[in-house]
Amino acid sequence: MEGFLSHLTVFVLAAFVGWQVVWKVAPALHTPLMSVSNAISGIIVVGSMLAAGYAALDYSGWLGVLAVFFGMINVVGGFWVTQRMLRMFRKRGR
Amino acid sequence: MSSLEGWTTVAYLAASVLFIFSIKGLASPATARLGNVLGILGMVIAVAITLAQPGVDAYVRIAVASLAGGVVGAVIAVRVPMTAMPETVGLFNSFVGLAAVLVSLVAYHRGEHPGTVGQIEIFLGVLIGMVTWTGSVVAFAKLNGRIAGRPLTWPGRQALNVVIGLVTLALGAWFVTTHAALPLYLAVIVTGLFGIVWVVAIGGADMPVVISVLNSYSGFASVATGFIIGNDLMIITGSLVGTSGIMLAVIMSRGMNRSITSVLMGGFGDGDAGVAGAANVQTEAAARGVNVGDPETAAELMRSARDVIVVPGYGLAVAQAQHLVKQLVEQLEEDGIRVRFAIHPVAGRMPGHMNVLLAEADIPYDQVLEMDAINSDFPDTDVVLVLGANDIVNTDALEQPGSPIYGMPILEAYRARTVMVVKRSLNPGFSGIDNPLFYRDNTMMVFGDARVVVEEMVRALKGVAAHA
Repeated sequence: MEGFLSHLTVFVLAAFVGWQVVWKVAPALHTPLMSVSNAISGIIVVGSMLAAGYAALDYSGWLGVLAVFFGMINVVGGFWVTQRMLRMFRKRGR
Repeated sequence: MSSLEGWTTVAYLAASVLFIFSIKGLASPATARLGNVLGILGMVIAVAITLAQPGVDAYVRIAVASLAGGVVGAVIAVRVPMTAMPETVGLFNSFVGLAAVLVSLVAYHRGEHPGTVGQIEIFLGVLIGMVTWTGSVVAFAKLNGRIAGRPLTWPGRQALNVVIGLVTLALGAWFVTTHAALPLYLAVIVTGLFGIVWVVAIGGADMPVVISVLNSYSGFASVATGFIIGNDLMIITGSLVGTSGIMLAVIMSRGMNRSITSVLMGGFGDGDAGVAGAANVQTEAAARGVNVGDPETAAELMRSARDVIVVPGYGLAVAQAQHLVKQLVEQLEEDGIRVRFAIHPVAGRMPGHMNVLLAEADIPYDQVLEMDAINSDFPDTDVVLVLGANDIVNTDALEQPGSPIYGMPILEAYRARTVMVVKRSLNPGFSGIDNPLFYRDNTMMVFGDARVVVEEMVRALKGVAAHA
């Protein structure tokens, strides 16, 4: 229960930060913003690797390996596609 | 505290801060690319410290799975056209949901979290992950036209949602009290079904908001799994993504003057109306008292203007006409005409969609203006060229209190001296609402695919230049 409460504290504080951080975003950048935050949600690979990395390759192990696979698609694809989009934003005369 | 624990704390802190600055960096075009790099850096740190944890030693299988996933992700990222950006985000997002479900199932089968709190967390991880997964897949399919964009509703839909909700609650109670696998796997099916039923009921035009909400859910799915395995980095990062995604969805809904709840309840709009035969379009339009012109006439009008504003919409993206538009702009600027772009907050299928397209065509971003910055300039503008846009210039939003889009701010194109609308037909747009702008005296309709029409305009302008 103590562990739960300290995690809850962390969760609520981070929620405030997330709420603050997007307010000033230029509408022109909404699509790249959504794309980058999607890439960041690839943090699920941390949990996936912890699940895949333990012990024998039983049923759970396989589920973990699959989770790493799907999570990695999102991490690599997400950041890459964001970079592709952002590369195109240029000012006049550059 | 062992030294690894210390390093883990430091690494988690560093990665969290980097993710915050990454999202913050995306606030302005000048810092956006740095923002993305900071995000990558954060992810590298997060993965590196995870691999250093005791017990994570099956490196071969992690490496193989990572490499395979990375290659798939890279191939999608490189090959997808810029016009397909919104659905790509939806597709990637679905994988996060799926991974969250798998991680939650692993946590259940390993049995390391037997307490009631642990079981609730596992159940929530599965629930949020499944809705994220199936909902994102449906949103993806709607946006790329694999399934119809119109909202799929049926009598008793809300009742079905209530039933699904109650069944899920019952399964949750069953699972938490018995810890049995059956209710958990039944919940996988039921919540997956809910994701589908929920998103098919929402019209294609509202998909961007849905994708933002689903993006936020994928964050909360990470939070749930973070709670299960007691990982603060996943909780912080997921929460950051979760709340920023909700905020973005609220901002987008406001751009359409709708509440986020009305968007998420579904049933709005007609989706994609069919396109009538080209021959019928001209005669039908003439019969309804519409001024119809050809691309040459339109080019001539623009050439004699001092000031032109282009209003792009989804039709531009569909026709892939952004590079031709760039040529058109260059041609006009050679003749000393000032050309600017006016972007409505919800133009295209996603906010910023048009900006990305125009940026791809190398149109400088300081030539591209937001609605509030340019709306007051329309009365002094000679020609407005509306390219594949409809609802965002629909005067019903200002004048018809009965209209479903009444109250939505629009680009006031109708105030310009001449409005030229390039469109495939008179058919209503994504929202399924007719547009009185098309019938105004100062409006000229140019029927055809945006790509073909703009190409002919460019040719006409070049022809004149060659003769001069």
